[in-house]
Amino acid sequence: MLLFLVLCPIAAAILIIAGAPARFTALVAAILNFVVALILLSRFDQVAAGFQFVSSFAVSTDWRIHFAFGVDGLSLLMLLLSTIVTFAAVWFTGKIDNYERAFYACLLFISAGAIGAFTSVDLFFFYAFHELALVPTFLLIGIWGTGNRVRAAWKITIYLALGSFILLIGLILLYQSVPPPERTFDIRELRDSIAVHPITASDQRHIYLLLLLGFGILISLFPFHSWAPEAYASAPPPAAMLHAGVLKKFGLYGLLRLATPMLPEGAHYWMYLLVILLLGNIIYIGLVTIAQKQLDWMLGYSSVMHMGYIFLGIASANVLGTTGAAALIFAHGLSIALLFAIAGEIRSRTGTLEFSELGGLAKVMPFAGLAFGFAAFAAIGLPGFANFASEIMIFFGAIRNGWEMQRLHIFQIATVLALWGVVISTVYMLRAYRSTFMGAMNERWEKLVDLGSGLRIPVALLIAGLLWFGFFPQTLVQMVMPTFRTYFTVTK
Amino acid sequence: MIAIPAPHLEIDVLVLGVAILLFETFAAKIDKKIFAYAGIIGLTLVLIATFFLAPGPAPQEASGFWNFYTADALSIFFKRFMLVTTIVVVVMMIDYAPALRKADASTSANLGEFFSLPLLTCAGLMYLVSAIDFIFIFVSLELVTISFFVLVSFPRRNPIALEAGVKYLILGALSAAFLVYGITWIFGVTGETNLARITASFASGKIDNHAAAFGAVLVLVGLGFKIAAVPFQMWVPDVYQGAPTPVTAFLSVGSKAAGFVVLLRVLQPFLMLPNMQRLVVLIALLTVVYGNLAALPQNNLKRLLGYSSIAHAGYLLIAVACFDGRAVTFYLAAYLLMTLLSFAILTIVEQQTGEEISGFDGLAKRAPFLAFAMLVAMASLAGLPFTAGFFGKFLIFVSAIAQKQTALVAVGIVTVACGFYYYLKVVRAMYWQPSTNNNTIPVSVLSRAIMILLIIATIVFGVYPQPILNALKH
Repeated sequence: MLLFLVLCPIAAAILIIAGAPARFTALVAAILNFVVALILLSRFDQVAAGFQFVSSFAVSTDWRIHFAFGVDGLSLLMLLLSTIVTFAAVWFTGKIDNYERAFYACLLFISAGAIGAFTSVDLFFFYAFHELALVPTFLLIGIWGTGNRVRAAWKITIYLALGSFILLIGLILLYQSVPPPERTFDIRELRDSIAVHPITASDQRHIYLLLLLGFGILISLFPFHSWAPEAYASAPPPAAMLHAGVLKKFGLYGLLRLATPMLPEGAHYWMYLLVILLLGNIIYIGLVTIAQKQLDWMLGYSSVMHMGYIFLGIASANVLGTTGAAALIFAHGLSIALLFAIAGEIRSRTGTLEFSELGGLAKVMPFAGLAFGFAAFAAIGLPGFANFASEIMIFFGAIRNGWEMQRLHIFQIATVLALWGVVISTVYMLRAYRSTFMGAMNERWEKLVDLGSGLRIPVALLIAGLLWFGFFPQTLVQMVMPTFRTYFTVTK
Repeated sequence: MIAIPAPHLEIDVLVLGVAILLFETFAAKIDKKIFAYAGIIGLTLVLIATFFLAPGPAPQEASGFWNFYTADALSIFFKRFMLVTTIVVVVMMIDYAPALRKADASTSANLGEFFSLPLLTCAGLMYLVSAIDFIFIFVSLELVTISFFVLVSFPRRNPIALEAGVKYLILGALSAAFLVYGITWIFGVTGETNLARITASFASGKIDNHAAAFGAVLVLVGLGFKIAAVPFQMWVPDVYQGAPTPVTAFLSVGSKAAGFVVLLRVLQPFLMLPNMQRLVVLIALLTVVYGNLAALPQNNLKRLLGYSSIAHAGYLLIAVACFDGRAVTFYLAAYLLMTLLSFAILTIVEQQTGEEISGFDGLAKRAPFLAFAMLVAMASLAGLPFTAGFFGKFLIFVSAIAQKQTALVAVGIVTVACGFYYYLKVVRAMYWQPSTNNNTIPVSVLSRAIMILLIIATIVFGVYPQPILNALKH
């Protein structure tokens, strides 16, 4: 099953290059993957904590590398996110003028990379699958991008390559931190042997710093964020949806999967640094977002800003906070994908995303306005959307952390400041909504048409996901909670 | 079960090369390509024969010829390596022959030599990877170098090729002088030329360490020219650019790999001498930094690949500094696949639009298959996962981290990120840039088959590296 999920997009991409009808094949692959993910969800045992549906093939017996896949609640959630967003991104791909086949093939490769990374039980392939998406991203931005695409493509590629190799060093150190006979790239066995032979505190600090730096660059942690807004502003909308919605979450997933359970002391040691950096994400980038004059740049910056909340959940190092972080990864993925999709549709109709040029579009594009409104309110964190439920959990988790130690711990201060971030995001989201959809309309836009009925399906799916987990967050929490519960009983 | 004594392999290759040369002299009228096909078939047979080798005598009871020559797992692996390289190079030479004919009508008569010299070089390379005695190392190295002198300046009416040939000749002679001088010092100190006995002599502690270290440094200088380590790299860009493209490929894969095998063999005794590891680390650092930085601004793909070969020599030296023979071997195998693949494409494309990177503009439109093959080669050279190049870098970083070589690791990361820039520059040209002309590029069946095999091998060994790791075990 899992092997199918990973290989299906790759096979579809190869078929498309070989000559199969591009859009049709890509859509079939995306739908198949979504259905298979739903089947996995229905068969998933929510009580058990370990990996399920594991399939494994030895690749190197010398290094104990396995081509192994499995899901626990956390990976299943990420898998669900990847398949939904892939489906929406493929659907939203409009008419491509040159190299149409390559465009779909690139999208599918990014999707396969994300799915592979999220379901891999082996450190080597966990890393390798994420890198699979690097060249497709470079090509997507370089060939089909807008604006200063050359600069954006180079920037994201060099940044991510550097981040990945720093991460690789961290992962190798993690692999070498257990005694030689027990060294393995299998994440499960590695955790077990770390539980028996704990890593010394100083080693944990080194490894955690490398992982934080490596993953941090991939997640656009302040101050390594500058590639993200530029790349997302230039990327074609489906690429921005997949990258901001899914692929960027790889780093967060990695921190939750590896750093939190295996390096608790390292996490504790670097907590202050992380809190300061994440406040940089929330407050500084939040203010930068308000100053943006173009919708695509604003969305790019807002996606950087929201990473701060997820970091806060991860830093809080308790079940509540990490669960909130996982939920927000999912919710943010859906909402940012929807925002980029609508922005892309507007750009394809008007040719510009300058706030000063737009305005009053709700009159001609009511459905787009509605969808954008839903996504914007979700991104702000209004009750009823999944983002609200997740942010509440993160704030409670962060407040609780350190409460026993001292009443006014740095975490309490950080949480209060982060709450102000919600106000900041309200400001920029509502301003963007007003200057795009409300107010006086430029007469140039009177002939614009709304989203066709076909495009309403993926929009409805994304909104449904946001609302479902907004009203029933428990379904999501129950899925990921067992995983995190083992983290904090194993380590504390 | 047939069992072939290992030394027969080289003799077979030599006989094949000489036979082709003789036939060429007496049968002047036939199509010269037949010699190339004969060479490819002969080498393939020898390659098959390497799987049915009789084991050589154990090192303790070696006598006569076996004092110079070994048939251990490392040497047999690299004999296959050299045979594969030569086969691919000869295939590239067939593609290159029209360019040679066009450049000069009179040289076309010498095509038979062009096809037979690589076989003699191959025999030299195969001897070199088996050599365990300084005298034998020197003799086989000269066999390799002298046939390369001819090959590099083969288009003799072309001043650039002649310049390359002269540079290679002078610096090759200089490096040989360093090597011989180093060997005499070591012989003077130990009274031995056999590597195993030199090791024993070094270990006995009764020798003059300073004199031995001086000799060792001279030997390293001589080998440094072969593997293009900084600061002995200055011949590389010009020679790579001036030589015929298949010869450049041969130089950058065959000659370099043989240099690394010899380096691994001589370092075993040398690392007992004081400060030797520090010296290798220093050379490795200089080489990765120089190779990658100098590659950044290149616009000529052949020069770019020349600098990138210096950079790869640097990564290999990192593994050598950690004395990880397995990582060196795997990296060289990966390097063979991706380098030969990119040179094979370059050989074909340069005849139409030249060897500048801008000559690749819009290749994805003109020749989608060649563009895809180049994409795989560049991804592997840059070190993206699911390619053999990544697994090679991965093994090198694993051993550098295990040895706590922090400086090497830190510099390695930065230079790898540099590498992404200049390799993706080629990808950018192929996919982003509009095409200057719309002629499709014909690719012969043989070349296409070889490229497909190289692509498949690059991806398979990137995911399933165990066969190469196993080949070194028995």
